[in-house]
Amino acid sequence: METRTLPGAAPAVVVRGLRKAYGGAEVLAGIDLDVPAGGVFALLGPNGAGKTTLIDVLTTLVRPDAGTAEVLGLDVVRRARRVRHVISATGQYATVDEELTGRENLVMVARLLGAGRRAARDRAAALLERFDLADAADRRVAEYSGGMRRRLDLAAGLTGSPAVLFLDEPTTGMDTRARRALWRTIGALAADGTTVLLTTQYLEEADVLADRIAVLDRGRIVAQGSPAELKDRVGGEWIELSLADGGTERVPGEATADHLRRVLDERHRAGIAVSRVAVRGPGMDDVFLALTGNGGGRP
Amino acid sequence: MSLLRAERVMTGRCLVRSLRDPDGTVTAVVAPVAIMLLFVTVFGAAMEDMAGGSYVEYVTPGVMLLCAGFGAAMTATAVHADLSTGVVRRLRTMPVRASSVITGHVAASVLRNLLSTAIVLLVAVALGFRPQAGPLEWLGAAALVAGYITVLTVLAAAWGLASGGPDTAATFAFAALFPPYLSTAFVPVEGLPGFLHGVAAHQPVTPVTETLRALTSGAGPGEHAWAAVLWLTALGLAGAALTGWLFRRAAGRR
Repeated sequence: METRTLPGAAPAVVVRGLRKAYGGAEVLAGIDLDVPAGGVFALLGPNGAGKTTLIDVLTTLVRPDAGTAEVLGLDVVRRARRVRHVISATGQYATVDEELTGRENLVMVARLLGAGRRAARDRAAALLERFDLADAADRRVAEYSGGMRRRLDLAAGLTGSPAVLFLDEPTTGMDTRARRALWRTIGALAADGTTVLLTTQYLEEADVLADRIAVLDRGRIVAQGSPAELKDRVGGEWIELSLADGGTERVPGEATADHLRRVLDERHRAGIAVSRVAVRGPGMDDVFLALTGNGGGRP
Repeated sequence: MSLLRAERVMTGRCLVRSLRDPDGTVTAVVAPVAIMLLFVTVFGAAMEDMAGGSYVEYVTPGVMLLCAGFGAAMTATAVHADLSTGVVRRLRTMPVRASSVITGHVAASVLRNLLSTAIVLLVAVALGFRPQAGPLEWLGAAALVAGYITVLTVLAAAWGLASGGPDTAATFAFAALFPPYLSTAFVPVEGLPGFLHGVAAHQPVTPVTETLRALTSGAGPGEHAWAAVLWLTALGLAGAALTGWLFRRAAGRR
């Protein structure tokens, strides 16, 4: 995926020197971050890296100790009320009311945002349809599956058509099917022009979804770039040889035709039978490990 | 048009929740009936002498306040639940007064418990209670009960906000049961043991009960009305300030 930033477009999020400590423990230790408008931006990091705190600051829930953060040019502390008009945040915990039906939840959010009764009902119906919840619309949320709840949560977050959408670990605890379905939904949102900033501890998620990734570790951004750029930083590709005796061999270096021919000729002369050849590059796992000294989680 | 919109929406939400919650319905409807029957039929005969007349006449205002107070106290658990799930978090990221979640609970509690009080009154009438209040006195009685419910609900909300867990939050409903018993709601002062005289004479439930009793009996607000109003105003303001402070603290904790 390429970054859909228009040249000259105002960035969605700009963070400078952001710090936050809780009881002496520094959770954010000086964050600088630029999130371009449009597309999906992933904050990748292990548990406790500071992802949720950073999202909390950006969504006006928490005041930073130092530094500045702006969303669409609006300071999140001084202009918190304006910021709340252009963002939406969906947290790790479902924010919908279990005793109400899916429809009632969405109508409630639309009403809170100022829609009249009729408009709120129409908006709710459209969102239920879009998130494949129309059949369950009039059931209480307590009867929903985890995946349905997340979809409803996301629908609630989109009721006000936010320009910037914050998703804190949107797929944590989901099964593979539900996760992939949500990835498609998030991708579609970004394609419609919403800027999505999500946190994840899943490398695959960042790799598949994000146009740009910032790797967060112990309150600092340790790397920023596109998935391809990050992989490049860890090292180039290598040739993987599957040997006839069942072993494998890794040969570093770019897989040019010359290099490949040379490698195979050498093996041939030495009497080593090579059955298969594959060209490999670093995965996000390697990136994560190299940058944080931590394997991270897997979906 | 959009005046207090968030508050109205959140009140509606709490009312729908109350209707759907079987425990809430039992508390609001069945418990008042049961308690009224219990006091009048079980204790009634034994209490006639002490109350100086029909016990149902004496005890009805007390049971009204007992039930209203117990219902209001349920707010502690509801507020705590909203805080521990993501409801408050979501509201705080929206262009909406987040405190509307608390205001909604309080308003819904007042409406729910006024209904519950009306049910007590109907059962009381069926058991022989004959209120003599005129229109103004009824208005005063309704305002007094609404005020009592509001104050207890606000205190319950504060307790719910301060609670570390749902069990702690639930203890408020239990605690709310006691003050009426230690007042003149069920037994006149002279019928209480000596060491309780001071407590009963100087705690807020006594003037509120006595004023409600005076109003429903058609005797006007009576001599305790000022004490009742002052108590409710003072507790209400203190409770609101405490709730506001606790809400800002709890909401900003993460």
